[in-house]
Amino acid sequence: MNRRKFLGAVGAAGLTVAGAGKVLAADKQVTGASIKGVKGLPDSYAVLFDCNRCIGCRQCEDACNYEQNLPEPDVDFWDTGVFERRRRTDWKTYTIVNQYDDKPPGAGQLYRKTQCMHCMEPACASSCFVRAFAKRHDGAVTYDAKMCVGCRYCMMACPFNIPAYEYHIASDPLVTKCTFCEHRLEKDEEPACVEICPTRAMEFGTRQEMLREARRRIVEKPDSYVEHIYGEHEMGGTNWLYLSPVPFEQVGMRMDLGTKAAGEFTSGALGGVPLITALWPVFLVGAYAIAKRKEKYAKEDRDKYVSQLIAQAGPEAGRRLAERLSKTEKLDKAAIEEEVRKALDEAAAKTEREGH
Amino acid sequence: MSNQHHPDTGRSSWITPFNVVAFIIVLIGLYLTYLRFTGGLAAITNLDDNYPWGIWISFDLLCGVALAAGGYTTAAACYVFGIHKYHAAVRPAVLTAFLGYALVVFALHYDVGQPWRLAYPIFVQPGTTSVLYEVGLCVFLYLTVLFLEWLPAPLEALKLKRVRNIMIKLTFVLTVFGIILSTMHQSSLGALYLILPSKMHPLWFSSHLPIYFFISSMFAGLSMVIFESTLSHRWYHKKMDKEHLEGTPHVTFGFAKAAAWIMGGYFFIKFFGVVLNANWAYLPTFYGMIFSLEMLGFVALPALLYAKGVRTRNIKLIRWTAVLAVLGIIFNRFNVSLVAYNYHLPSEDKYFPHIGEIGITIFVVTVGLILFKVIGNNTPIFYEHPDYKGSH
Ligand code: SF4
Ligand code: SF4
Ligand code: SF4
Repeated sequence: MNRRKFLGAVGAAGLTVAGAGKVLAADKQVTGASIKGVKGLPDSYAVLFDCNRCIGCRQCEDACNYEQNLPEPDVDFWDTGVFERRRRTDWKTYTIVNQYDDKPPGAGQLYRKTQCMHCMEPACASSCFVRAFAKRHDGAVTYDAKMCVGCRYCMMACPFNIPAYEYHIASDPLVTKCTFCEHRLEKDEEPACVEICPTRAMEFGTRQEMLREARRRIVEKPDSYVEHIYGEHEMGGTNWLYLSPVPFEQVGMRMDLGTKAAGEFTSGALGGVPLITALWPVFLVGAYAIAKRKEKYAKEDRDKYVSQLIAQAGPEAGRRLAERLSKTEKLDKAAIEEEVRKALDEAAAKTEREGH
Repeated sequence: MSNQHHPDTGRSSWITPFNVVAFIIVLIGLYLTYLRFTGGLAAITNLDDNYPWGIWISFDLLCGVALAAGGYTTAAACYVFGIHKYHAAVRPAVLTAFLGYALVVFALHYDVGQPWRLAYPIFVQPGTTSVLYEVGLCVFLYLTVLFLEWLPAPLEALKLKRVRNIMIKLTFVLTVFGIILSTMHQSSLGALYLILPSKMHPLWFSSHLPIYFFISSMFAGLSMVIFESTLSHRWYHKKMDKEHLEGTPHVTFGFAKAAAWIMGGYFFIKFFGVVLNANWAYLPTFYGMIFSLEMLGFVALPALLYAKGVRTRNIKLIRWTAVLAVLGIIFNRFNVSLVAYNYHLPSEDKYFPHIGEIGITIFVVTVGLILFKVIGNNTPIFYEHPDYKGSH
């Protein structure tokens, strides 16, 4: 499918890509936080990253920094010293390239770029309690700074540790992450980082095209690739896909994430809510009724006991006992027993006295 | 007002050790507040991109809500299960819970980036797929319920008889509503972690986390009521009426017994959780040691001590056990939210709270204690108002 057709498909879905910002804003949970089976968006845009082709030049980092108007980096983009440690995305870097072999920094053969994966069923969107994140039909997962409360649950939830935060800002700090250059996607252009890459380590097209391309590469050069397209199914599938010559763990990608979309982990717990709201009141009212009945029986028992005592111990002691019991509202067993014991003792003493 | 009926002789001077310490803490807290809202979170926290949630979530939110569970457990025991001898414990427990939740919400204003939008999820754009949405909504509603449950006390102090009587009629409905809301958000605090299984240590992660959190909130609440009654007796003994003083041992023994049973059950379901998930292999590791310490030292041990205390009628033992159980809940919530979370990160990337975060937490707790003292002194919490004796 070419791009024009893609536009048509998107248009048919009720969206005009020109002015998509507005339209999409109204139609946010396109797939954003649905939790049913992942059908995917075969016609959405995707990027295929090939670790075999990346040379670690970091020009994508530079291009991203420029395109997104990010602040000056701490070290220059040509400085290979950064490869000495593993970096992650932060508030001034939406994408980073790490080196994954033991060669001297910058002189290695195994590099990988990290940025938002633009999940098809994003954990960040599912976890956000104001729906600040949304998955758009064109593939981008976007963030609405005007809604964000800054709770940072999205950062907890993202399995790829992508969103970062402006901790140093006092008023209106924001969550930051790669935007898929959504402003360029709207104009049907590829992202800045993809465009600048001198080795075409990144390929841009629809998700279906990219999956096909990935398979083609694996089939053509089986020795150069592990047989796995990272992102095809991980966490319900992502719009950024990866190919690697070595097992993915060795380029810092977890293989234990599973294929379930993040929303499915919590749907069970959230599904319990209606059950609790329906069953608890029934149970509680039942418990209340039982307690009330018990109370009633206890009271009847007590009254019976009292009248029995009156018969046994004579009217005088009985009246006194009844009087005292009526003063205490409580059905305290100990108190009753004490009264009863006293009354019986008195009665016994009386009969003894009378016997003498 | 009520002080006329119960003159408080300890009020001659403001300069008591409690007041002095509280004053200093409040001053420090205000200074930290200034730093937080002028310099951002980075100024007084060690939060970073890998640890977006620190002790303000672990303690102020998770522990705060669990330890405020005394409100729903006590009200349930007294009004639903009809155990009226716990009646004297209801008002202090409801007040503690109300203050606890109010402080949770207060503390969240420090933690989130846009506190002025805290009501957005409820009123502007609800994200219903989020567990945090459920937590937020329930906490908001329950705070309202607790406020209404607490209302009769100040109404009595203000002598607003008619409104007070209406509120009392609502008691049962409010109690049921409170139990439902508590069930939901106590458990959903555990469910918050369900979405990140890949970041959680398998010993603590389980799809049953919501159930674990709910069950442990029950004995957390019961233990907290016991613990707090120890404190109140120290502060308010003079104010307490006969019902309250006589009710306290009932409450202590009854609650200890209930807590022992629930803790026993909790121990076994967690134990079976380890068996079912075949997590034995983790036990000899560092994490296994912490897990075993939690389960044996802070669940099994207090359960046994409670049982022993009840059998031997040893009120002192029960009170100390309550302290142990409360510490155990704190230990558990920290283990889930900070020890198990990000367990795979190298130790140099791990989080340790900034002194400022600890400072704010102490500040929040102190504000709670001050409010508890002021309210306990001025409204009928520890005694029945003479006009309403026996009317409940
Ligand atoms: S990688 Fe993380 S931030 Fe990006 S879409 Fe997926 S869950 Fe969201
Ligand atoms: S920090 Fe903002 S975007 Fe992230 S979950 Fe919270 S409200 Fe949503
Ligand atoms: S897609 Fe755009 S925002 Fe994302 S890493 Fe590339 S240049 Fe940066």
